[in-house]
Amino acid sequence: MYHTKTLSELSAMLGAGEVTSVQLTEHFLQRIKDHDAQLNSFISVTADQALKAAADADEKRNAGNAGPLTGIPIAHKDIFCTKGVKTSCGSKMLDNFESPYDATVVEKMQQAGVIMLGKTNMDEFAMGSSNETSFFGAVKNPWNTNAVPGGSSGGSASSVAARLAPAATGTDTGGSIRQPASLCGITGLKPTYGRVSRYGMIAFASSLDQAGPMAQSAEDCALLLNAMSGFDPKDSTSLEKEVPDYTADLNKPLNGLKIGLPKEFFGEGLNKGTDEVIQKAITEYKAMGAEIIDISLPNTHLSVPVYYVVAPAECSSNLSRFDGVRFGHRCEEPKDLEDLYKRSRGEGFGEEVKRRILVGTYALSAGYYDAYYIKAQQLRRMISDDFTKAFEKVDVIMGPTSPETAFNIGEKSDDPISMYLSDIYTIAVNLAGLPGMSVPAGFDSKMPVGLQIIANHFDESRLLNVAHQYQQQTDWHKAIPEQFK
Amino acid sequence: MSLGPDNVKSIAHLARLEIEEKNIEEYAKSLSSILDLVEQMNAVDTTNVKPMAHPMDVSQRLRVDEVLEENQRETFQKIAPKTEDGLYLVPQVIE
Amino acid sequence: MEWETVIGLEIHAQLRTKSKIFSSASTAFGAEPNTQACAVDLGLPGVLPVVNAEAIRMATKFGLATGSEICKSSVFARKNYFYPDLPKGYQISQMELPIVGLGSINIDLEDGTKKTIGITRAHLEEDAGKSLHKDYHGMTGIDLNRAGTPLLEIVSEPDMSSAKEAVAYMKKIHSLVQYLEICDGNMAEGSFRCDANVSVRPKGQKEFGTRAELKNINSFRFVERAINLEVERQIDVIEEGGEVVQETRLYDAEKHETRSMRSKEEANDYRYFPDPDLLPVVLDDTYLDEVRKTLPELPAEKAARFVSELGLSDYDAGILTASRELADFFEAVIKESVEAKLAANWMIGDVSARLNKEDLSIADCPVSATNLAGMLKRIEDNTISGKIAKDVFNGMWIGEGDADTVIEKKGLKQITDDSAIESIIDEVITNSPNQLEQYRSGKDKLFGYFVGQVMKASQGKANPAQVNKILKDKLK
Repeated sequence: MYHTKTLSELSAMLGAGEVTSVQLTEHFLQRIKDHDAQLNSFISVTADQALKAAADADEKRNAGNAGPLTGIPIAHKDIFCTKGVKTSCGSKMLDNFESPYDATVVEKMQQAGVIMLGKTNMDEFAMGSSNETSFFGAVKNPWNTNAVPGGSSGGSASSVAARLAPAATGTDTGGSIRQPASLCGITGLKPTYGRVSRYGMIAFASSLDQAGPMAQSAEDCALLLNAMSGFDPKDSTSLEKEVPDYTADLNKPLNGLKIGLPKEFFGEGLNKGTDEVIQKAITEYKAMGAEIIDISLPNTHLSVPVYYVVAPAECSSNLSRFDGVRFGHRCEEPKDLEDLYKRSRGEGFGEEVKRRILVGTYALSAGYYDAYYIKAQQLRRMISDDFTKAFEKVDVIMGPTSPETAFNIGEKSDDPISMYLSDIYTIAVNLAGLPGMSVPAGFDSKMPVGLQIIANHFDESRLLNVAHQYQQQTDWHKAIPEQFK
Repeated sequence: MSLGPDNVKSIAHLARLEIEEKNIEEYAKSLSSILDLVEQMNAVDTTNVKPMAHPMDVSQRLRVDEVLEENQRETFQKIAPKTEDGLYLVPQVIE
Repeated sequence: MEWETVIGLEIHAQLRTKSKIFSSASTAFGAEPNTQACAVDLGLPGVLPVVNAEAIRMATKFGLATGSEICKSSVFARKNYFYPDLPKGYQISQMELPIVGLGSINIDLEDGTKKTIGITRAHLEEDAGKSLHKDYHGMTGIDLNRAGTPLLEIVSEPDMSSAKEAVAYMKKIHSLVQYLEICDGNMAEGSFRCDANVSVRPKGQKEFGTRAELKNINSFRFVERAINLEVERQIDVIEEGGEVVQETRLYDAEKHETRSMRSKEEANDYRYFPDPDLLPVVLDDTYLDEVRKTLPELPAEKAARFVSELGLSDYDAGILTASRELADFFEAVIKESVEAKLAANWMIGDVSARLNKEDLSIADCPVSATNLAGMLKRIEDNTISGKIAKDVFNGMWIGEGDADTVIEKKGLKQITDDSAIESIIDEVITNSPNQLEQYRSGKDKLFGYFVGQVMKASQGKANPAQVNKILKDKLK
C-alpha cells in the first residue's frame, strides 16, 4: 500500500519502475476523497492538475530525466501562492484569491518534479496553534478526531499523519511546523532563517517566518529540504549560502555528540507524561553514544511575551495590504473609503487575526514603540545570545516540542493566553533564527509526543543526522493511526 | 495593562478594522490580558542591549537597475474586485 | 510689530533610475494605467522588496555633493497609513537612519551675497500611485504605475527667511540634481515636488511660531506666491488675536489662496518601524570613494572657475552654470577659441531669449555649439558686425546652414574696406547738404543721422567702428 511508504521509499519505487506517478497520484487523491471529510485537512484538491503533472512526470522518467522527487505527490500549505489556484491562507479575506504567480518554494519544488495534490488547511494567516481559527473550519487530529492537530500548519500535519499525502510543506513562525508535527506524530523541520525563500509565502511575521518540510522521516525531510532551499534574489532576507546535499550526512554515527538539555525546557508547565517520553528518548541517545550536558537558556521564559509583541507588530503592518482594492474580499457597496477599508477588513479577518493586528498596532503606536517593540527586540537579542553561548558547549539542544499532547478542539479557544503558551518551547528558536525539528518520540495516553532538536545556524545537516539516527533505532515515526492504515 | 473600549476603538481606527460594538468589551479584555503577559518584559534590565531586528547580522544585497517586468495588467486585474479603463476603482477620494 | 519668517522646504526628487526602487518594473513616464505595476508594486500577498543599487548610488552622489554625512548603515522603515494609492498600506521610507545626513548648500541672495542653507537630511523612499480626477460614476480611479518609483526626500533646515530665499534654494537644488544626473527636474511631470513649512514670529524671538505645511506648489513662481500669501495670512491671524493652527494647506493657483487640507493634529500615527523584509544598507569607504570620483564638476565650482579662469562676472557665471546643459554648451563654444565674454553675452542674451520665446531647452537648440562658435568667430574677425550677426543667427536657427553659408547666401559680409566705406560716406554727404550744414554749425546730434544713412546705404554691412571714424573725419 503506497500510503504506508515513506517518501524516500516511494522515490525508490518510482526509480525502480515498480509504480508510476499517475498510480501514486490516483492513490492519494482517492485517499483524500475517502478520508478527508473526517479531518478537513484540505482546502483545495487540485486533482486534474495533479494527474496531468503526474503523466508528465512519468514521461520525463521514461526519457531518463528524473530526479529523486520526480513524480512524488505532496501537498502545499495554503499559505504558498500557487499560480491559477486558490490561495486562501485559511481566511475569508482570500477565499476568492486565485494567485497570479507561484511562490519560489512552489516553483522550486515543481522543478524538482513534485506533484501538487492540493492546498492544506491552516490557522488563518498562520496565526494559531491549533488550526481552529481557519475560515474553512477546524482540522482534526488523525490520532483522535476530537483533538486538535496543532497549528498553524495543522492541515499539512494532519494529512501526512493520516497518510493522505506522503509529505507536505509547512511554515513556522513560532512553532507552526514543529508543534503540529509533534501533536500529529510526524517529522517536521524549520530551517535556519534565510535558508528558504519567503517570496510568495504570505507574510505573517517577516523576521520569523520560514518554510519547511513536514514528512514521515528525517530522510524524507532531507530530500525535500534539498529542493526547497537556496538563495532567491527576489527575497532580500534570503541568504547566499550554498545548499549542501542534506542527505549526505544522515548516516554519520553519533559518538561524541554533545546534547544540551536546557533546564528551562523541563520545568513547570511540562506535562508529566510528555516528560517521561522525552526522558526515554534522551536515554536512547545516550545509548547511541551521545553525551548529555545540562545547560541553561535563562531568558527563554521571555520568549512568549517577546513573540507576542514582535509577531503582531510585524503582522499588523503586513496585513494592511488587505483592503478590498486590488484583490481579496471587498464589502458590498462601500459608502466611502473608510467604510471600504473597515468593513472589508472587518468582514474578511477572523477574531484571532483582528486581535493580533490590534496588539501589533498598539505596540507600534506613538508612545508605546520604545516600551514594547524596542524592548522586545532587545530581549530578542538576549534570548538569541543564550543560544550562542549554549552552542559553544553543545552540538544540539533537545527538549519536548510541546508541553503537552493534543488538547481537545474548543478547549483553549476561549483562552488566547493558554493557547499562546503551547509554543513556549518552540518560539525562542524562531527569535534566534535557528533551525529546529520535531521527531516522533512516543505516545502519552495514546497521543503522539514530539522531541524537539535544535541546531546552530545552517547546521541542518547535523539536525537531520541526529534525527535520522534516532529513527534507525526507533519506530515511532512509522506509526499510523488505526483508522487511516 | 488595562485597555478600555475607547482604546480599542482608537486602535481599531488606526488599523481600519470594523469591530462591532457588542464585541468591543471582549477585545478590550483579551488585549489587556495579552498586554499583561507582555508586561513580564519590564522585569528585565535591557540597558545597552542593541535591539535585534533580524536573526542574522547581514546587510542588504543591492539589485542591478534594469527593467525585467513586463505589462501583466490583464492577469493582475482579473482578480481585482472593481476596475475600469485599467484603473482600480475606490469610493471617491476627496483631496 | 515687526515679523520675521521662518521657512523650511521638503523637496521630493524622483530619481532617474530605469526600474523602481524595490522592484524591476519600469519607471518610464506616461504609460497606460497599471501597465508598469508589477506584483511587488501592487503589494500582492507574498511579494517582497529588493533594493535598487542605482537609487543608493544616486542618493550617495547627492550627499557627497552637499558635503553631507553619508550613513554607512542606513535602514529602511515602514510608514504605516491607509490610502488607495499606497498598495501595501505602508510606504517604505527611512526614518531614524537616513542614507544622507547633515549637509548644506549656498544660495545667492539678491544683493550678491551668499547664504548657507542647511540640509537636515535626505532619505530614500518609494513614491505612491496616482488617483485620477475623472469621476467614475462616483468612484475614483487609481493608477499604480508610479508606485515604487524612487524618491529622494531632501529636507532643509528652517534656514530661509523669505520667499525669495526659498525659491533660490529650490532652484539651487533643482539645478544640482540635474547636474548630478539623478533627477530630470521635470516639475510638470511631477519629478520634482516641493512642500514648504512656513511660520512667522516676532522679530528677535528665538522660539519658532506654529508652522503650516504648504503642499501642491510645483513651480518656482507658485512657491514664491504661496509662501508670501501664507506669511500674510499667518500675520493677519495673529494680529487679529487668533492662533496659527498646525495644518496642511493646499495652494490654489487659480484662486490665488491657500486653504486648509487637514489638521496635522488629527494626522496619522505612522507607527514607523524598521522594515523586516529589508536589511541595513551598508556602504564602505571604497564605495564612497568610487562614487565621489564620478561626481561632475558641481555648479558652484564651475561658476567659480568661470570667474577666475575666464574672467566672467559672478552674475554671468551664475546664469551659465544654472543648468549643466547650458554650461556644457557654453564650454563647447569657447573650446573653439571664442572669447569667453562674447560667448557669454550671446548665450545669456540672444540664445536664451530665442529658446525662451520658442519654449525650448538648450538641449533642443537648433543651432549647435560649433555653429554658434563659428558665427562668433566671424564677429571676432570682423567679417560681420554684432548687429548683422543677429541675422546670421536667425538664419542658422531656421536651418539655412552654418554661419559662413548664411553669410554667403545673404551677402552679409561686412564692408571693411576703408575706400569702399569712404565712397558710401561721400555719397551720403553729397546727398545731405542741409544736414551737413546743420551738423557743421553745431548740431552734433545729426551724427546719428549720417550713421543711419550710411548703414542704410550699405544695407547695414558697413563696419560700424570704421564708419564712425571715417565719418567723423569727413564731417569736420
